Amino acid sequence: MTIAERKPSLVVIQLSGGNDAMNTVVPYTDGIYHDSRKAIHLTDETVIDLNGTLGLNPSMGPMKELWDAGKLAIVNGVGYPRPNRSHFRSMDIWHTAESDHIADSGWLGRTIRELDPDHENVITGINFGRGLPRALHAKGVPVASVGNLETYGLMPDIADQMTRDMAVDVFARMYGPDDTRDAVLQAIGETGMGAYLGADILRSAPANYSSSIEYEADIPIAQALRDISQVLLANLGTRVFYTQHAGYDTHAGELENHAKLWHELSTAVNDFMADLEEHGRGDDAVIMIFSEFGRRIKDNGSGTDHGSGGVTFVIGNPVKGGMYGEYPSLELSEQLEGDMRFNNDFRGIYATVLDQWMGINPQAVLDKNYEQFDMIRR
Amino acid sequence: MADKDVQLMAHLMRRAGFGVSRETLDELVEKSYNETVDHLLEMIGHPTRLTDNLIRRYHPEYSGMMGNQSAGANWMYRMVSTDAPLREKVGLMWHGIFATGYSKLANGKVLHDQIRMFERHGMGSFENLLIELSKDPAMIVWLDNSENHRGSVNENYGRELLELFSMGVGNYSEHDVKEAARAFTGWTIGNTEYMTLKSARDSVWPYGRLSFHFEYKEDDHDNGEKEFLDHKGNLNGEDIVAIICGQPATAAFLSRHMYSFFVADEPPVPEWPYKPPRDEDAIAALSKVYFESDYNITEMLRFLFKSDFFKSEQARYQRVKSPAELMAGVLRLTEEFDRPKIDMNPTHLQATFMGQWLLNPPSVEGWHWGPEWIDSGALVERVNFASERLGNLDSPGVRTMIDRIATDNPSELTPEGLVEGALDVLSLTDVSEKTQSALIEFAEAQLSEMNRSSDSESKSRQHIANVLRLVGATPEFQRA
Repeated sequence: MTIAERKPSLVVIQLSGGNDAMNTVVPYTDGIYHDSRKAIHLTDETVIDLNGTLGLNPSMGPMKELWDAGKLAIVNGVGYPRPNRSHFRSMDIWHTAESDHIADSGWLGRTIRELDPDHENVITGINFGRGLPRALHAKGVPVASVGNLETYGLMPDIADQMTRDMAVDVFARMYGPDDTRDAVLQAIGETGMGAYLGADILRSAPANYSSSIEYEADIPIAQALRDISQVLLANLGTRVFYTQHAGYDTHAGELENHAKLWHELSTAVNDFMADLEEHGRGDDAVIMIFSEFGRRIKDNGSGTDHGSGGVTFVIGNPVKGGMYGEYPSLELSEQLEGDMRFNNDFRGIYATVLDQWMGINPQAVLDKNYEQFDMIRR
Repeated sequence: MADKDVQLMAHLMRRAGFGVSRETLDELVEKSYNETVDHLLEMIGHPTRLTDNLIRRYHPEYSGMMGNQSAGANWMYRMVSTDAPLREKVGLMWHGIFATGYSKLANGKVLHDQIRMFERHGMGSFENLLIELSKDPAMIVWLDNSENHRGSVNENYGRELLELFSMGVGNYSEHDVKEAARAFTGWTIGNTEYMTLKSARDSVWPYGRLSFHFEYKEDDHDNGEKEFLDHKGNLNGEDIVAIICGQPATAAFLSRHMYSFFVADEPPVPEWPYKPPRDEDAIAALSKVYFESDYNITEMLRFLFKSDFFKSEQARYQRVKSPAELMAGVLRLTEEFDRPKIDMNPTHLQATFMGQWLLNPPSVEGWHWGPEWIDSGALVERVNFASERLGNLDSPGVRTMIDRIATDNPSELTPEGLVEGALDVLSLTDVSEKTQSALIEFAEAQLSEMNRSSDSESKSRQHIANVLRLVGATPEFQRA
């Protein structure tokens, strides 16, 4: 395996459940915020001020460090026309980048196809988690799905290592080229060899990794970002990394739960950035953090229900930090059925990252042109 | 599995069901093949399986179908435990053709109800099935017929009814689509506005999910004259379905679906206008039965299973198993779910990891089957699932299989005999030389390991189970 050339990588973190944008980037100087969030409001004293009118959730100290270093771009009021408040439909819209009809390929699947049209590298895209999110799916595009990098591979349940090694060898023999087979079995054979090689390549990543950064133990998002760092640092040619952080459906107990989630995430992202920096690779990756929708302006007494108008973070050394997109007005007359209106189409952020960072024509992935932000240093 | 009758019976049971144990196969070949086909069709009317009462008692969440996976897990229980597996197979076929998904409905209960509708009506007249489908609340919301009003037509259902559910593209005009849509105005769900709002605001809280119900709104129905496929008049939905069912294109379309699902993989539907069927004579013969039996699905299947094109050796292992078929097949052999267990929740999720989230197909086109089931991520999940389940000595079915392979004296097993036995119990008759020799080498290592050490009995059985795992990991095992 030759060392792949260092190329820009994209790390996408999906916040599953609908992150409450208003308690993430808090309009704490707006009286309507305090009136609407009687049960779960964050006080002026605890919010971490960013620019005199907006502040971060108090649990997001490590994120503030990235803001101060000019590496954090915050896009406010993100959404799409005619917002859908079902988790599944809305997540699907974000995954396929298609809001009008049901589409079956994902925007990152199409991105990977652009990056590696001839399938030269079976791990150009990797999902860290089980099962392929639709965002990464596109016909004929190989994508690895890694639950746990340490144990990833074929037949991990065989406890005896010698037996497992032998079983995996036999697997490779069975799936090797064989022209006595019919076309379908040959295709299955090729796919099997891709899976085998991908697992084999990925196995080298943890072995060659050392770092002074200690990611938080037993926190899934911290472990996922550590796995991503290991693969990124191993120069295996992976360009698209994907993972999820679940639990953002804060209908109840929001103050406590939401703070815990953002503490975990902010810490993990900060550790990840420091890890890349320590290895001189801070300039190679951009992180994008999104959620399927925002939540209602008014709380429900203990949490918030599904709404619209979300917030997206773009993070990295190459990112021009700062606020992007106007924060939606909370005035009653400006609300959309009790929610913040979106004023920035999420596909504009996709287009920005594809064009300015990944060097891909966004129209090839998104079908249409969307207005971009001037967000990446060139 | 040398005996030709056994092989044929195994083929039938892989296709008309999810495969059976070797012991069951021995019992089945005592009867004639045709009798068995008739019996399988007969069983559909009165299946025995885990009852909903029992499932609900141990899994209260399946009553309200509150979680987005509950309806799918419930269905997996039924696939694994039923003694009328053909009924569930036919349900899977309809679910693939009339693909309706959670992503838009956010309501597991109505999807569960739709599959139950397939069970009640999916084996009778195709005309009746299409009418029931047009009244199915999940379908109405999925394809926006609730937005299809007199004077403000939404063509979504009208179009897919012709394109994906009955005739296929190229057999009707755009004008026919519009007229069909007009005929279905007023076919909606009761309390439409509230229910539509409800479906857009998914909630996992109790009472978050309500069942939709069908309602025909006469005052919203377009009673004007319509022209549809050479018919004229004040046509309503029933008339449209009757006209559709009388079309040769419908007979050919349905026959090709059945052939693909039960005989040998056809390419996905979008390629049909450009690629002829593998066996045109078979499609013509099935179409003939379609018309002669008044569009009766049971009679078409009876003909199909008894036909030479089905029984032919050319048809063996010509279908890639869907994730649900692969899983149900393995779990029926291991006999893990003879009663409700909490483990069905994580187990069932694995179909999703393999690319088939039951009751949530990627789009109205359903899943693309055949080789497209298998991408690298899905293959790893398939292999690891089969390996884990077939290697687990705690499962009664695994112990039975090992007993059959090892008979009385495991130390007399040869590598060739061990591989042959493992292939036999897992219903694989035909593997390539490459696979065979790799398996034999592995079996040899396992046997010498077993004979070298003075292991406990359970440990020596594990060596045999390891060979079962590897057979479950072969490229050939991916097909049925």
